[in-house]
Amino acid sequence: MAVAMALTAPSLNFGVRSFTRLSRLSQRLFSTAVIRYQQEFTTLEEKPQFPGASAEYVNTLEFIQPNVISGIPVYRVMDRKGHIVNPNEDPKLGKEMVLKMYQKMTLLNTMDRILYESQRQGRISFYMTNYGEEGTHVGSAAAIEMQDLVFGQYREAGVLMWRGYPLDSFMAQCYGNIDDYAHGKQMPVHYGSLEHNFVTISSPLATQIPQAVGAAYAYKRSDIDRAVICYFGEGAASEGDAHAGFNFAATLECPIIFFCRNNGYAISTPTYEQYRGDGIAARGPGYGIRSIRVDGNDVFAVYNATKEARRHAVSENQPMLVEAMTYRIGHHSTSDDSSAYRSVDEVSYWDKQDHPISRLHNFMINQGWWDDAQEKAWRKQSRKMVIETFERAERKLKPSPKLIFTDVYDTAPPSLQKQEEQLKKHVERYAEHYPFDKFERF
Amino acid sequence: MGFAGLAVGAAMAGLRPICEFMTFNFSMQAIDQVVNSAGKTLYMSAGSVHVPVVFRGPNGASAGVAAQHSQCFAAWYGHCPGLKVLSPWNSLDSKGLLKAAIRDDDPVVFLENELMYGVPFDMPEEAQSPDFLLPIGKAHVERTGQHITVVAHSRVVGFCLEAATALAKEGIDCEVINLRSIRPLDMATVEQSVMKTNHLITVEGGWPLFGVGAEICASIMEGPAFDYLDAPATRVTGVDIPMPYARNLEEISGPQVKDIIMAARRMLTGREESRATA
Repeated sequence: MAVAMALTAPSLNFGVRSFTRLSRLSQRLFSTAVIRYQQEFTTLEEKPQFPGASAEYVNTLEFIQPNVISGIPVYRVMDRKGHIVNPNEDPKLGKEMVLKMYQKMTLLNTMDRILYESQRQGRISFYMTNYGEEGTHVGSAAAIEMQDLVFGQYREAGVLMWRGYPLDSFMAQCYGNIDDYAHGKQMPVHYGSLEHNFVTISSPLATQIPQAVGAAYAYKRSDIDRAVICYFGEGAASEGDAHAGFNFAATLECPIIFFCRNNGYAISTPTYEQYRGDGIAARGPGYGIRSIRVDGNDVFAVYNATKEARRHAVSENQPMLVEAMTYRIGHHSTSDDSSAYRSVDEVSYWDKQDHPISRLHNFMINQGWWDDAQEKAWRKQSRKMVIETFERAERKLKPSPKLIFTDVYDTAPPSLQKQEEQLKKHVERYAEHYPFDKFERF
Repeated sequence: MGFAGLAVGAAMAGLRPICEFMTFNFSMQAIDQVVNSAGKTLYMSAGSVHVPVVFRGPNGASAGVAAQHSQCFAAWYGHCPGLKVLSPWNSLDSKGLLKAAIRDDDPVVFLENELMYGVPFDMPEEAQSPDFLLPIGKAHVERTGQHITVVAHSRVVGFCLEAATALAKEGIDCEVINLRSIRPLDMATVEQSVMKTNHLITVEGGWPLFGVGAEICASIMEGPAFDYLDAPATRVTGVDIPMPYARNLEEISGPQVKDIIMAARRMLTGREESRATA
């Protein structure tokens, strides 16, 4: 056997005997150069000195068990019937603020329904709804300041709505008409507004996380009262950028709120396939980040947690992590049919039994601030507002073709200027073949 | 991906960060942040969000660092609208272009070369100023000549000048153009030169397929200089393989002075050997 091996694999014959011969040789070579001796101990106290961790020694072999059976508890302020559970936690926002919250959430819901339908009818190319997550948007947006910078993922339209981004602008962006802030350059729901401190939505997942940290770092250097809030889903949290972003936020000590919308699904990937740990909140302490898990369908819980997170982040220059548990009632987008991977019953439970809008509605009814008549009137009014805006948006012209060439660079390079002139000449020459009635003129 | 994203975000929030990649090979892990975020954000935001970041670091072959540390990214980044891509050769280029890159409001990919870091060059008086800038998008004629245009970027510019000196002894007068800027590419300078010399060779350290040379040759065909060519343009490039480690193999994996000399000779005389030695 040994002989056969030698014939077939001569390079493997560098066996044990030759190895020991060599190491003894090297020992002789080295031992004359360096005299090894054991130094006197400076102290007999056995305490770990490792730079990498501050901890005591332990003498029994025991692995830490991840605790996923009873995970980090979910902070909640009001129950599903709209009653405040612990009166000390009631944010006492007052009628005007609560009504505004309710109206923004319901307006978002109405706009979602109409724009989703419009995609189905071929009027816009794509749409993403926010069904079930309105509480996470409005609760957090209401708790931060207008000067705080928002980095979203794509399911945070309620934040923009809270900040006053007009219905006309939402529609303009989805239709890509002349009033679109983005000049028709982005696909629907990729909103952005400098004025509202909402960074333009970028499709690749989780890239916004380290960017948000960089922005927070810039604010820290300027020493101003400005925080950054970075939204992402539990699926995006599996990306490499998320890890790098969390770690940097902690080591650079930045005033940032990481807001995770854990809505149960990343397109078709359910959370039990997404991770094996205790969600996203459990990861925070691993980075040295203060973390909390909240009931995302309880707008007051979201508000309280975000408000405190912001206060701490700015005053201490430390990152904070809020994991808002919620449920994605709608499909991932108009390109998805979620009945392929989840039951209608499951969706129906969240829609009918634990919806952020219903819970706030119940609270308002309990307070005597709302009734069926007002509900009916508001539904009619908000639907009318959305439909009218939508019809206006449809009738508007599309942007001028010259906008194809703008903003590739700060100043258009000669090559693009040349192409623009060529296109202009071509379009003028063959004008009758182009639908000028639908576009703003060149 | 972490610190590249950090730099992009900080730039969005008003700073002017310089993000250093240990080598551009590692930028592949962060390439989404460079191309998709830094490069496209101004366009996607219709001009409202600028990303004035500079990504810099060594690019291309070094010495004995093998496959994953030796790739040239000029063609990769040069392909993408929204980015500016610079490739300095000497000290003058490095200072003037880097300062210009930092002051530019667009994202710039600044491709340096590790083997050039230690090479000294004379710096004229005006280059000593802290405000010395070179224009982005403008190539520089390092050596004027009458017979053949040799276009290169980064370290191989030096090889082209060496080849030019050798070729001059045979009566071949080379015009050597240092591109300095990959994007925007200064085709006007190249065209003007080709219309004078009627011959074109491109030289680059990167791989042959879909490279900088390919772009130059295609552009020449589409422009006025095509009618002035007396021979098809040729590209001298690195070999189409991952960079090997062994020194002898590494040496012949990239364009050498003799490759440039032979290409020029072949184009102008039809032979690879010099008349002098034949």
